[in-house]
Amino acid sequence: MAEMRRFDLVIVGGGPAGMAAAVSARENGLESILILERDSELGGILNQCIHNGFGLHTFKEELTGPEYAERYADKVRELGIPYETGAMVLDIAEDKTVTVLSAAHGVEQIAAKSVILAMGCRERPRGALNIAGFRPQGVYTAGTAQKLVNCEGVSVGKEVVILGSGDIGLIMARRMTLEGAHVAAVVELMPYSSGLKRNIVQCLDDYGIPLMLSHTVVDIKGKERLEGVTVAAVDNTNTPIAGTEQYFPCDTLLLSCGLIPENELSKNCGIALDPRTNGAVVDSRLETSIEGVFACGNVLHVHDLVDFVSQEASTAGAEAAFYVKNGRTPDETIDVTVGNCVRYTVPSRIHITEPFPDAHIRFRVTGVFRNTSIIVRSGEAEIFRKKNRILVPSEMLDIVIKGDKLKGLSGEINVSLEEEV
Amino acid sequence: MAETRILTCINCPMGCELTVGVEDGKVVSVSGNTCKRGELYAESEITAPTRTITTTVITAEGRPVPVKTAQPIPKGMIFECTAAIKSAEVHLPVKVGQVIIDDLLGTGAKVTATKSVSE
Repeated sequence: MAEMRRFDLVIVGGGPAGMAAAVSARENGLESILILERDSELGGILNQCIHNGFGLHTFKEELTGPEYAERYADKVRELGIPYETGAMVLDIAEDKTVTVLSAAHGVEQIAAKSVILAMGCRERPRGALNIAGFRPQGVYTAGTAQKLVNCEGVSVGKEVVILGSGDIGLIMARRMTLEGAHVAAVVELMPYSSGLKRNIVQCLDDYGIPLMLSHTVVDIKGKERLEGVTVAAVDNTNTPIAGTEQYFPCDTLLLSCGLIPENELSKNCGIALDPRTNGAVVDSRLETSIEGVFACGNVLHVHDLVDFVSQEASTAGAEAAFYVKNGRTPDETIDVTVGNCVRYTVPSRIHITEPFPDAHIRFRVTGVFRNTSIIVRSGEAEIFRKKNRILVPSEMLDIVIKGDKLKGLSGEINVSLEEEV
Repeated sequence: MAETRILTCINCPMGCELTVGVEDGKVVSVSGNTCKRGELYAESEITAPTRTITTTVITAEGRPVPVKTAQPIPKGMIFECTAAIKSAEVHLPVKVGQVIIDDLLGTGAKVTATKSVSE
């Protein structure tokens, strides 16, 4: 039997996170790297996100998804980083043996000194939403419809209702309209949209598409092909209110009801997951509970900006390179805990080590808050404060704690929101 | 007549809320923006709103290729511009940045491919 292939770093996933992690690991001196991608090309979800608005932070210009992906893919190729497409990782063992299935190598086991998890996320499917009614054709997740329209050139439907106001749903409302369909409404269970404000303006308002907040789909009609959906208002416990039902005839229902990090491999590997993010529990080096296994991008926590994914992945790549060269360093860590109005933080632990690098804390808030301050405290001492006019759950926040503020801390730090007086 | 308009800047995902002072159809003040783009957006949104279109063109070989208007076009022309882009004739291979239409319906905007597609 042939000798097992060995790499210093195996990256699972060749989307924006995997590519940025690979580039950064190489720039930090790591030679032996392999990217494994299950699709037929690098780029991941960006390939189907043909709209613009990507890359303002990273490239200082406004790019479409495919352009952003191609820039990173070009970098990967320029740096000569090997990648294999059509390669599906089946298992990651605790000793970092990666089992991969591909047409080129069959089922193969690869030995890795370090692994970066960059598998991204997937959409919450209809089965997880408990909508009553039949299972006719014409019900898609928004991302599936996006792939069909943008990558396969297939027409999905003519009369459309969208459930959920996540960004992909909003983007698809505009996309379907430009493709000649009529979008009757975007229906959102919550009293606020889970998508970005700019998308409500340029994808719904521009085309006169109504956004029905605090409403949901209560019935799906049609046996073979979708015939229509019934929409009702909900009360503050999200229970449909009798008598508010409205029927929309339609041949297409798109679901944009949230994204879930794809962590089956992480679970099988025994990596500790955070129930708040459905991603791995990581420290400030983005290292998971298993030594030498790092996570970044949407598999760690769902992002709204690819620029933040690239940044985060770049940290993971650099830390993996450092780990391969130095092994695990024994140093102090402090816990990051959540206070008032903060749903989660990534990381949940920060290393306190020379030379005290600045620490990013990324998090989301639990509701819509006006005129508040983000405050980070260590015991009674305040180590960070920032005022905000408005904070919403749909926008991930990224604060940077200066390294010198972390010097000498122990125990925990707490992130919370406080009203400005 | 002075009036105040509230706009959401659509230049980037920050989505800054802009408070725009308008007098006689002209922008006299902008606040709430976090960069220069916000000011420019308010100016054009009040006087002559524009949008960038992104869509796909199906090549002669039957493959969809994503494209964009390299410059924004008047908001009122979105549908006719999209139709004109759709009817463009394109052959593989296509390189990212390749010009698909030189001047889209006299708007002066180029349409360019946003992905390299070889087969």
